[in-house]
Amino acid sequence: MTLDTLDSDSIDLNNTATNYQISLRNISKVFPGNNNLLDKLTGKTKADFTAIEEIDLDIEHNTFVTIIGPSGCGKSTMLDIIAGLSTATTGTVTIDGQLVDKPGPDRGMVFQNYALMPWMTVKDNIGFAVKTVYPKMPVKQQRRIIKENIQLVGLTGAENKHPHELSGGMRQRVGIARALAINPQILLMDEPFGALDALTRGFLQDEIERIWEQQRKTAIMITHSIDEALLLSDRIVMMTKGPAATIAKVLEIPFPRPRDRTTVENHPDYLKLKQQMEDHLYRETRAVEASRIK
Amino acid sequence: MTAVQKNVIKKDNQFLDNENVKALLLFLLSLGIFLLFWEMGAKLKWFAKGMPTASLTIQELWYWVTHPFYNNGPNDLGIGWNLLISLRRVAIGYTIASVIAVPLGILVGISPVAFKAFNPYFQLLKPVSPLAWLPIGLYLFRDSELTGVFIIAIASIWPTLNNTAFGVANVDSSYLDVSRTLGASRWRTIFKVIIPAALPNIISGLRISMGIAWLVIVAAEMLLGTGLGYFIWNEWNNLYIPNILVTIFIIGIVGIILDQIFAYLEKLVSFGKK
Ligand SMILES: Nc1ncnc2c1ncn2[C@@H]1O[C@H](COP(=O)(O)OP(=O)(O)OP(=O)(O)O)[C@@H](O)[C@H]1O
Ligand SMILES: [Mg+2]
Repeated sequence: MTLDTLDSDSIDLNNTATNYQISLRNISKVFPGNNNLLDKLTGKTKADFTAIEEIDLDIEHNTFVTIIGPSGCGKSTMLDIIAGLSTATTGTVTIDGQLVDKPGPDRGMVFQNYALMPWMTVKDNIGFAVKTVYPKMPVKQQRRIIKENIQLVGLTGAENKHPHELSGGMRQRVGIARALAINPQILLMDEPFGALDALTRGFLQDEIERIWEQQRKTAIMITHSIDEALLLSDRIVMMTKGPAATIAKVLEIPFPRPRDRTTVENHPDYLKLKQQMEDHLYRETRAVEASRIK
Repeated sequence: MTAVQKNVIKKDNQFLDNENVKALLLFLLSLGIFLLFWEMGAKLKWFAKGMPTASLTIQELWYWVTHPFYNNGPNDLGIGWNLLISLRRVAIGYTIASVIAVPLGILVGISPVAFKAFNPYFQLLKPVSPLAWLPIGLYLFRDSELTGVFIIAIASIWPTLNNTAFGVANVDSSYLDVSRTLGASRWRTIFKVIIPAALPNIISGLRISMGIAWLVIVAAEMLLGTGLGYFIWNEWNNLYIPNILVTIFIIGIVGIILDQIFAYLEKLVSFGKK
């Protein structure tokens, strides 16, 4: 394909896919097993494993989307493909009409295990991101961005601490600040609060809600918590169990913004939505258990 | 009993309860018994003929510590000079080895293909005693000084190389993911992420290498002339055992100091790990 046709392609996509920022088309991921000759000889064959199959999903600008589903169904696989950290076996991901084939700073990533560099201070961890993405920016401006983002996540005073001196909640604040500091179009979060205790988790959910209201960046978050999903999302993507997991249903969450826990919980649709999600997760998880026993 | 007295007694007990204090007391006690046994055994001729007493050995130690530097020719050189000669050989050989091993280890660790391709060499050469290289060194350089340095370099290259390659190959994949999502260049990833992440492994490799270099230098010098190893050998030819014991003690102390320098460096780069 020449550059020309590529360009007209992307324009085309923009026109047809009117408002969508992220589009997944026919995404499947097969993890290859061991079936070559050598494996057959040694008797260590393993079948190919289809984690996700034929996923189609469109995400509009400035929406907060959460992905929920039974564990091991392929949520991380899907997010990694959007991030460009892993490639789909079939199908395409486009962001604003551009094909995604590698990771890039237009997508900020927050990791479940924080993934902070232990030898860097809070400031340096965020600084590493800023300096990598904006190497030509004047140092003064870089410093201002670092400072602003430290402020944004409420870590002022801890700038010169190393990650091992911080609590889990504070570490994830650094993780969030690092992802936001590069000013990405899209925020990707894989169970960002999965390793935190309930109270800290609640605090950070409130923080995310507050920050999201300020910036309204498109966000895709994986979670296992129904309440977390209902508090934060505009749309909730519910996945079926694996193997060959796919999207079962997408829920629209109509709660007005800005949100807080009590107004959300008192909304007339709250209980119905919650019930629907519980039923879905219960059914899929029970099917997973049943298939394990067989 | 007054309150103050009670307090004092309590403190006394706490002092004795402290683990370090107990260990120190046990150490001093065992040392005392050992020295006493040595002194008596030597005086009563329990051991081999000519075994010096503890007191004589300590006197010699004191003499050498207070008169380390004199020079009456190569066969009568103060222990301080010999120590410096050994340290210099170790420093040069070790530096050459490290300058080769660290970059090579990084290169090999980064590329899985290089790792698999070069690993057989490392595995084959690692278990060979560096002294086996002595004839090769003498043949190649025809010079005992250069051979000593060569032996040290050979001895100290493997642990550093091995640990560096291992550390680089096993950098936490989430650090690399961070680097990739930011779109960092290969060089930036290597210098800002991979090398710092592997630094604890690199330093523990350097520490093991230093330990081995210090072990090997003594053995090598017995065959090369000058240095602490030769000093021991010379005293053996003079059949003067106290000086041999003094040298063993000094080699041990210097070994501890070298090791502690690296232990300190390890601590500097550990950042809460271990
Ligand atoms: N590299 C791999 N090779 C083979 N199978 C893999 C690989 N990575 C993931 N899988 C499998 O793909 C499936 C989906 O994994 P994934 O991590 O995406 O699930 P998940 O929904 O994120 O699970 P969790 O809720 O536990 O985080 C799992 O069954 C997993 O065993
Ligand atoms: Mg996951």
